[in-house]
Amino acid sequence: MTRGTIVSGCLAPHPPHLVYATNPIQNEPEATGSGAWKSLLDGYESLRQSLNQKDFDVLIVHTPHWKTVVGHHFLGVPHFKDLSVDPIFPNLFRYNYEMDVDVDLSEAIEAEARAEGLVTKMMRNPDFRVDYGTITSCHLSYPKWDKPIVVLSSASPYHYFSNDVGDAEMLALGRATRTAIEKTGRKAVLLASTSLSHRHFTEEPEDPEDPRFEYIYNKNQASWDAHILDLIQSGKTQQILAEMPDFIEQALSECREGGLTWLLGALGTPQYPGYLHGYGSVIGTGNAIVEWIPEEAQS
Amino acid sequence: MTCEHVLAGFIAPGKPHILLAPEKNPNWQSMHDSFGQAREDILALKPDLLLIYSSQWPSIIGHQIQADPQPEWRLVDQDFHELGTMHYKLRMDSDFAHVYEAAAHARGLTARTVAYRGFPMDPGTIVALKLLNPHNEIPACVVSCNMYADRAETLILGKAAVDALQESGKKAVAISVTALSNRMWTEWIDPADDRIHSRKDDEWNRKFLELLREGRLEDVSQLARTFTAQANGDNKLKALWWLGAVMGQSNQFSGKIYDYQPVWGSGAALVGLTPDAALGSALEYDEDDSDFYKGDRSVLSTGNDT
Repeated sequence: MTRGTIVSGCLAPHPPHLVYATNPIQNEPEATGSGAWKSLLDGYESLRQSLNQKDFDVLIVHTPHWKTVVGHHFLGVPHFKDLSVDPIFPNLFRYNYEMDVDVDLSEAIEAEARAEGLVTKMMRNPDFRVDYGTITSCHLSYPKWDKPIVVLSSASPYHYFSNDVGDAEMLALGRATRTAIEKTGRKAVLLASTSLSHRHFTEEPEDPEDPRFEYIYNKNQASWDAHILDLIQSGKTQQILAEMPDFIEQALSECREGGLTWLLGALGTPQYPGYLHGYGSVIGTGNAIVEWIPEEAQS
Repeated sequence: MTCEHVLAGFIAPGKPHILLAPEKNPNWQSMHDSFGQAREDILALKPDLLLIYSSQWPSIIGHQIQADPQPEWRLVDQDFHELGTMHYKLRMDSDFAHVYEAAAHARGLTARTVAYRGFPMDPGTIVALKLLNPHNEIPACVVSCNMYADRAETLILGKAAVDALQESGKKAVAISVTALSNRMWTEWIDPADDRIHSRKDDEWNRKFLELLREGRLEDVSQLARTFTAQANGDNKLKALWWLGAVMGQSNQFSGKIYDYQPVWGSGAALVGLTPDAALGSALEYDEDDSDFYKGDRSVLSTGNDT
């Protein structure tokens, strides 16, 4: 068997607003077309063009909206079909989904994660509803849904222990993911479904798509995002990890759910620049669409 | 003063083990059975409405209030999917939900009703209603737990519930679905080995139950921040702030501890509080008491300047 590879590692945030804005047939609400979120919509278009040029077998998603306390969970049912209603923004996201899961790869990652000493669990209940973070990131990155996915839950070590413990677990989970990809011969795209700064407005304009309300919650949040993006584009991901505990605390970052650290762990803490496809705000939060293309995938 | 429209208040746990797998642990079975006693007591009060605040229903855009008259779907717990599927078909008082929304707006809060096919009801609400109201005899109204709301906003939400009850003329039993201590096991355990996660959590839970047995709900509400800092309170114990406000911010209750058990490390308590003007000590604490919400104070920024 050919050794598997990571074809692309992406920061792929999941504001359901972006799905809503494009009126896909799967989503029940209708957008107004008032024009918000253009930089992010353009960023995802750019990412889609990039991914469409790549040969890959599977999308692997780490999602913050499948929250687990007892370790790291993995979807272990081959096919799902259901309606996903966002509990926070049900007015924007009621999405009919149907997807296949690469259960063999899922089990391989679970086994490697267990070998790393992590607490793990396969999710085998066919009635389980796949979370909207996974669906949103997958739809925006690769809306064809013609490739299987693997979904990793967001465990709670950051919340239960500390940001340092959380990062250590997520780096281990990233290593386990990469090892499983290599052993199973898969060509994989990784999606870390996460925002950067993550303080929301607690009110919504009458038209959620009104671009006048599109700005980061405050200067502190925006400054942190700019700093992290600078490090990403400079290839300084080791420094991102060094500063991650402060970033999480000071910018209320959604990276506290582990997605970015998992991605950097899987990519081997890349020392090459990540490409910024787009950055923008949705309801006060900071969202960046970033792609790291490993050197081995470029050759 | 206690509102005459609030017949009683309850604190109820909402972990799925109590509903789906009580037979796996005698403590879980005990809690499951205790819900049956509470159900009988609630039915005897003949309420028009079960008014619920669930710590397991998070919201961001203010507070959300369930207004679908008959939400029906299936729910699988994110952690405990192996326990099985919760199929639900519930009965909501849609009219009251809209009255509550208007009352919240009148007090300056952001709030909205939700009524969407397939909306994901939270596990706490489903567990509580399946065990306290299994045949949907009594319509319910459920309000969410706003992740950004602190004490003042949550108290005002409770006061708005009282406004709505007075406006509608309905008599309600108020139920806060919440754990006390909420530190769970982060590794897989044999259900037979379940216990409260730490002795400290257990001691704080028992102190709260001692106060609640004496009917001192307002004292418990005002101690919630300390409890959370010391004993991993479930979502800051916002549910007790809300219940305290709905019940009139007093200690004049007859308290009944139906049960107290560990559920996957958390402190699960089922408590009833019946208004009784003859009981209750004077308030021991005197935290701020806001009546209207005036929004975030934006101490870091005016917002539109980035």
